[in-house]
Parts: sequence; C-alpha cells; structure tokens
Amino acid sequence: MSTRQVCLTINGREYTGAVEPRKLLTDFLRDDLGLTGTHVGCEQGVCGACTVLLNGEPVRSCLLFAVQANGAELKTVEGMAPNATELHPLQEKFWELHGLQCGFCTPGILLTAEALLKEIPHPSEEQIREWLSGNLCRCTGYQNIVTAIHEAAKTLSERRT
Amino acid sequence: MKPAKFDYHDPTSIDEALGLMSQFGDQARPLAGGQSLVPLMNFRLIRPAHLIDLNGVDELSYLSAEDAVLRIGATTRQRQLERSAEIARRWPLLRDAAAFIGHIQIRNRGTVGGSLAHAFPSAELPVAMVTLGASMLLRAKTTRRSVRAEDFFLSTMTTALQPEELLTEISVPELPANTGWSYQEVSRRYGDFALAGSASLLAVDGKGDIRYARLALTGVTPIRARKAEESLVGERPSEALFCDAAQRATENLEQDSDIHASAEYRRAACAALARRALTQAAQRASDSMKGTLR
Repeated sequence: MSTRQVCLTINGREYTGAVEPRKLLTDFLRDDLGLTGTHVGCEQGVCGACTVLLNGEPVRSCLLFAVQANGAELKTVEGMAPNATELHPLQEKFWELHGLQCGFCTPGILLTAEALLKEIPHPSEEQIREWLSGNLCRCTGYQNIVTAIHEAAKTLSERRT
Repeated sequence: MKPAKFDYHDPTSIDEALGLMSQFGDQARPLAGGQSLVPLMNFRLIRPAHLIDLNGVDELSYLSAEDAVLRIGATTRQRQLERSAEIARRWPLLRDAAAFIGHIQIRNRGTVGGSLAHAFPSAELPVAMVTLGASMLLRAKTTRRSVRAEDFFLSTMTTALQPEELLTEISVPELPANTGWSYQEVSRRYGDFALAGSASLLAVDGKGDIRYARLALTGVTPIRARKAEESLVGERPSEALFCDAAQRATENLEQDSDIHASAEYRRAACAALARRALTQAAQRASDSMKGTLR
C-alpha cells in the first residue's frame, strides 16, 4: 500500500499524517486525527454534514481526498469556539434559540453560516436560505436556524463597533 | 475506504498532465473539482486505476476577457464565474446559469471544465455554452483541436473527448450589443438536479424586431433549437410568437424518463421554460435598447 505524506493546518494547529490517496478528507479528520466534530452523512456530496472551511471557503470534505488538502488551511467546528468556556456567537445563538435538535447537521451548518457572515455581514433571510440550501436538517424545519444566524449577525456586528 | 484503490498523480503543469494522460489512456481519469467524479468513485461506479489531479496545475485556472473573447481555464471554479463582475456585465447568462449549480459548497470546488466534460443531462453549463456558441479546446500530448460546444456533447455523459485528451480551455464569443438573456430551470427542490432547463439570448433592432435569437434546451444532450431560432428572426416579440417557437423547439426533443420525471413531462416543461426564457430575454433586450437596463 503506497501512502502519501499530508501536512496541513487545522484550526491554527499543524497536523501531519500518512494517507492512502483514496482516503477521504472526512475520514482523515475523524479516524486519523480524532477530529470527530465533522460529521459523515451521505458521503456523496448531498447532505452538507461534512462541510469544512478549506482556505476560508465552505466545501464538502467527503468529496475531497485528504491528499488534496496538503498545504491547506482548514477550519472545522472544533475551531469555532474561542476557548474552552466560551462559544462562538453562532454557537451561542443556535443553543439559545433552538437552532438544533439532534445536532447531526449542526457542525456543517455552523461553518457554512460562519463563511456567510464573513462574506455578507448582514444577510437577508433569502441570502441565509440560499447559503443553507446545501445543508440538510431533518429536525428543525430551518426556522430557528435562520433566526439564530440573524441574531448572531447582530452580535458580531455589535462586537465590531 | 469508500473508493476503490487508485494511483494518485498530481502534475503541476499542463504538459505533465498530458504526458500522464497519454501514458495511462483510458486507465486514467482527470480529477478537477471532484463534485461529480468523487461521488461516483465513492459508490464505486467508477474505479479509475490512475487519478490525475489537475488542482495543482495553476495554468489551467483563469478567467480572461481582455479581448472580445472570454477565455476560461478548465479548472476555474464555478463560484468564480458567479462572482466575476466582468462576466456579470458581458455574459450574464453564464453567471445566471452558474448560480443554479448545486449549492455554494459545491460551486466552491466544482469547475467549469469538469461540469462540461462530465456532460450530465441536467447540468447548467453545457446548455449555457451551447447557447453562447462557445468552443472547447481539447489537448493531447501531441495534438490540439477546437470543438464547438454543439459538437462536443454527444450523449448522456459522453463527449467528443478522446481518452488521452483534456479539455483545457473554453472560449466564449462576445455577444451582439444590447442582447437580452434568460436562464430557466425547474427542479424538485432548490439546488437539486434540474428536470428541465432552457437558455435564450435575444437582440432587437431599432424598430423592436428580433435581429438575433438563440435558444437551447436541456435533454439527453443540450441542444440548440435552430428551427425555432430561425422562426424568430425578423419578427416582432409576442406571446404567440414565443409559444410557437417553444413548440417547434421541443417537438422532437429527445428526453429520458427516470424516477423523477417522465420524458413527456420533461418535454412539456422544456416548452414552458423556453417560452419563459424567450419572454424574459426579449424584455431585457428591449430594456437594454431603451437604456433602462440597470
């Protein structure tokens, strides 16, 4: 079995590993690095549960091979909270406003929402729904997710001023 | 492990990639954005012995519109089409079509060339490129040829590409002044695969008569409705005219049936979308002539 060396930065920390080229990035994160916050749903690019930020952009980690992330900067849900006792404003609002039930889709949705608020600090409901269309949630009906993102946008913009 | 085993190659130049394609022929698959290929590999529907990753070939990723022609490097991300101010201004049909592809997470990785080479019947970019009269540059180690979009798509997931060839560049000609455009599609849910789609470009003269018409539809292959186009030129835009053109365009349109929709449904939906596309393109053309288009 031939392996390739992968070296990448995840949530500000450097990681290295030897992978078989066919190993998906999701499996590398979860099985090799123990970063199990990234969830595995459909493994065919439909559900969005495995969404991570690759050089700042939300992508499906089940449609990337780990070897392709060599040299990249990655962010997973583990990197969102500023420290062990505080949550990111998005996490805070999802918690407060019931933006999740079972939580399976939540890591992917949080990262998509983070990228959205970075690009569009004050998104309309339509823009939020457009961005969320690539993340399936079967519990909430999305209503509270949209509200939580709106509220987090307010918190973030208050912090900036 | 989801996919079957393969040997991984990561060339950094076009020449190196073409060398590998020539060496491994039909044993190899080029990997661009991977948004269609990797699901197929995860299902083991495709098991290439050699995977040639084009993501490290920087010279394949560019958008250039310096002269009258838009040149798109094959591995340019779909999201770049959507975000380009130059494309929004000069080829808005391309931006509108790109916005229908999957979701933002998909478009961040998915490439223009990848979508075209995959040639999936419900895909947006193939029908847009056929409408725009684009041409594809196909290169192999020792050959290069240019193929018109209309001749590139042969059947479902089948193109004019030979096993050793790579699609390296797509060129899109400038549109006539004051051209109106429209891209229309229907899917079961927002962002899902399209069940039917239609794209149109129209321009009118000073009297308001149509002087330039393009109409294309999704089907087994994306197809230009030439007879319908001919029936439009020289005429005054009207609902009856567009209904008639949409009928002509879809009369013998080849469609497949599957679990999502019958061929009859797809044909009928294409006719409705063609009518809407023509109507919107005509409105935009007329607004543009009046200088009121923002």
